[in-house]
Amino acid sequence: MEYQKMLIEDLRKELDAGVVTSQELFEKFVSLAKKYQGEYNSFVTILEKYKMKKKKDTLVTGIPYALKDNFSTSNILTTGSSNILKNYVPVYDATVYKKLKEAGAVLMGKTVLDELAMGGTGITGHTGVVKNPWDKTREIGGSSAGSAAAVALGIVPFALGSDTGDSIRKPAAFGGVVGFKPTYGLISRYGLFAFASSLDHVGCFTRSVRDAAIVTDIIKGEDPHDMTSLKDTGECLVDSLAQDIKGKKLFYIKEICDRSQYEESGDQEILAVLDNFYDLVEKLKEKGFVIEEVSIDQKLLEAIYPSYMTISCAEATSNNANLTGIPYGPRGEGNSVDEIMFSARTKGFSELIKRRFILGSYILQKENQEKLFLNACRIRRLLVDKINDLFQTYDGFLLPCSGGGAPHFDEDSDKLSDRYLLMENHLSLGNFGGYPSITLPCGFIDGAPIGVCLTGRVKEDGLVLAMAEKIEEVTGLKGQIAGGDQDV
Amino acid sequence: MYKVVIGLEVHCEVQTNSKNFSSAPNEFTMTPNIHVAPVDLGLPGILPVVNEEACRKALKTAMALHCENPDEIIFDRKNYFYPDLPKGYQITQVTKPMGRNGYLDIKVGEKEKRVYIHQLHLEEDTASLDHYSNYSLIDYNRSGIPLMEIVTEPCISSAEEAVTFLEDLRDVFLFCEVSEARSNKGQMRCDVNISLTEEGSDKLGTKVEMKNINAFNSVKAAIEYEIKRQSELLDRGEKVIQETRRIDEDGKTYSMREKVDAVDYKYYVEPNLPPVKLTKEYLDGIRQTVPMLKLDRLHRYINEFHLSEYDATVLSKNKDIADYFENILLLGSDIELTVNFVTTSVLSSLKKLEIDLKDFFITEEMLSGVIDLVHQGKISLDHGKKILYQALEKKKDPRDIIKESHLEQINDEEKLLTYITEALEENPEQVRQYVEEGKDYVINYFIGKVMQKSNRQANPNITLELIKKELEKRRK
Repeated sequence: MEYQKMLIEDLRKELDAGVVTSQELFEKFVSLAKKYQGEYNSFVTILEKYKMKKKKDTLVTGIPYALKDNFSTSNILTTGSSNILKNYVPVYDATVYKKLKEAGAVLMGKTVLDELAMGGTGITGHTGVVKNPWDKTREIGGSSAGSAAAVALGIVPFALGSDTGDSIRKPAAFGGVVGFKPTYGLISRYGLFAFASSLDHVGCFTRSVRDAAIVTDIIKGEDPHDMTSLKDTGECLVDSLAQDIKGKKLFYIKEICDRSQYEESGDQEILAVLDNFYDLVEKLKEKGFVIEEVSIDQKLLEAIYPSYMTISCAEATSNNANLTGIPYGPRGEGNSVDEIMFSARTKGFSELIKRRFILGSYILQKENQEKLFLNACRIRRLLVDKINDLFQTYDGFLLPCSGGGAPHFDEDSDKLSDRYLLMENHLSLGNFGGYPSITLPCGFIDGAPIGVCLTGRVKEDGLVLAMAEKIEEVTGLKGQIAGGDQDV
Repeated sequence: MYKVVIGLEVHCEVQTNSKNFSSAPNEFTMTPNIHVAPVDLGLPGILPVVNEEACRKALKTAMALHCENPDEIIFDRKNYFYPDLPKGYQITQVTKPMGRNGYLDIKVGEKEKRVYIHQLHLEEDTASLDHYSNYSLIDYNRSGIPLMEIVTEPCISSAEEAVTFLEDLRDVFLFCEVSEARSNKGQMRCDVNISLTEEGSDKLGTKVEMKNINAFNSVKAAIEYEIKRQSELLDRGEKVIQETRRIDEDGKTYSMREKVDAVDYKYYVEPNLPPVKLTKEYLDGIRQTVPMLKLDRLHRYINEFHLSEYDATVLSKNKDIADYFENILLLGSDIELTVNFVTTSVLSSLKKLEIDLKDFFITEEMLSGVIDLVHQGKISLDHGKKILYQALEKKKDPRDIIKESHLEQINDEEKLLTYITEALEENPEQVRQYVEEGKDYVINYFIGKVMQKSNRQANPNITLELIKKELEKRRK
């Protein structure tokens, strides 16, 4: 189908020219979603009824899209992909949903996530596993698994996700699409089911950098419901794409990218990732970028993942303490309120979630808080200080998103692993500092997409997008969908 | 004999339009679950938005209680599970409360005592639970209502002191206009910690906690009962158990639960409310609105105005009365006569009419006018009081009543200017206050002076304009 591969502005033209109506587009995408649902399981809910109530005309008016199923949508089931919310129908709208509605975008479905946005595999949602559109034996990654898959399959031109450690940018890389998480506070979190409030970001999946700018322009803005949202500057991100990037300075981190440390292992996959990366770096230099290698204390870098887990588990424990089955959700059984809440939570959460809650609770205990939680916060501060220091000299940093294509279903686990500790877990730097960070496809390894991640200074989302668009020009992978040209 | 050591934790609802972290109304209602926003239900995805008015009022109260204020406002989460706590955590303040290390001076009988305040912090109330035989109902109207908690140091030593402190603290809330502080609506509640120790010993006794007492006389009864109970235990050589007790209607206390280990609330800083720096200007702005407290006014009336202790007590008891009294003095009226009029005519009229001062027809200006005429010997004291009652009855300005009988207003600007010039020259300090410190209220002072000089015949509106003009001239 033609529309499957179209970018937002192509669809806009078709709609404006009357070649297709918004409702026809919606119906085509819905039938596509249903066709792929059994195979890939992108959606928790596919909406049957076309509904559009715009308040103004925008680039996305009439265009269908999908929301991760952790955005509150009134009168539409919102599960967080968890059994404890499997019948929860919200009574209020998330700010981003409200903004998209007013802009005339048409919601066509709610996508599967790793339960309550925790985890990075796409296999822990209560409605089942999400598969990678490029290779069904692989994960798509998570936690915004369904949104990544839906955009990669061409079911929708864009979808929203949330990113606490890498939950947009990792699955975007594994799905061969663009994933953008802007500066913390640029987009309101009101109505996003909280995982770790100080790290949670709203962002989008698209098939081009320009589309990411278009979508972000619609959903960004100060929100009286979110005190961490930033004051409006009036910047139009689409306009910012036009800026000149000649002479912009980027760095990459030696401790993550140095080829020699991986050579001994003989792991061809990670070496291929690095070949691809250095090839890209050379091409970008030709385009006028200045790109340099910097070295950061290995010990500090190795603390990224454990401190991320410490902070996020602690905040998650508290943020999800509302799920007791008392005011809403499946009521537990028992003879006392404690028993009732205990039973609801025991049945409602999967093992992985419970493990994280117990960790979080342990981390926040009075006797552990100083050593675990507060030290993790200090490490976060040290890392952010280091990056900010580098940002005095550089406009951004560029890194491979992972040590290879998406893992096969039997490879992954939530437990701490030493294998490529840095290569697989550096994306949460973007969350620690609240930096604008975008991943975009940069190639394939064994038929699986890989991505590169560009991160820039806080509030310089426009510059990050402009630089990313240049990278996109070099990779030539704009607008790709799975099952398209590469389809076997 | 044992030494009694009491510490109080007082919760008081703050009066605001909306709740502490949501836009639902902060109003008392009997209809359950109508003042509820998604935030108050702890629905997934909600975010708190802090109520600035609640912060201002908590800071103001902290200032009235002579506390140190923090350099920024931050909130913390107190994590625990209970059905009346929909989010699973309460937003409160641990790291930087609105106030620390303050005090409130109280007068117990003849003796004055300083009660030290450990801290004052702002938090949100929980939902309320109604328990029935085999089920309970939750009312979320109360969920998220702004609540101040004032924690005293353990420095109170009798039931009488405790109750006096609570009454005076309630007056602080009323004087500051931060709460109605009605205990029958549950707006003011109190936890009492009490321990007994051998006289002369510096070792603290075992602490017993009594939770959520609404009425002040219940606090008294509970403390007296506990003192008796614990004394008897100690007399018999038995141990007091550290526990939480509840009080019954008969004034006796009953054990609720023994305190094994203190609960770990896993406090950490609320990440959804970024710290807000408190500037000196902002705090000074609030400080200017802090009223003088009851005891300070009492001292002032006795020492500065040379009032009798009885009159001073009567006049300082209620903020509206005290303000009314002070405003009349500000208008330049004679102190003795003002005391006389306010403590007799005004208070008896209020009592007779069963109204509050805010509904009283006679304004400060009106009464001041009558008092001045009495002072000048133009009318007798009795005549003045009679005119006041007439004015109340007819709802007519008493000054008009007097004027209609024999006095006329002066509207001639030149004539008025001579009075004004005289008044300004006689009071250089007030002129300086206006010119250098921008204190606008001295205008009223000068109006009072001109009124006196003109036998209250000066046209007040013209006088006001002329005084402003003259003062402005001096500013340049």
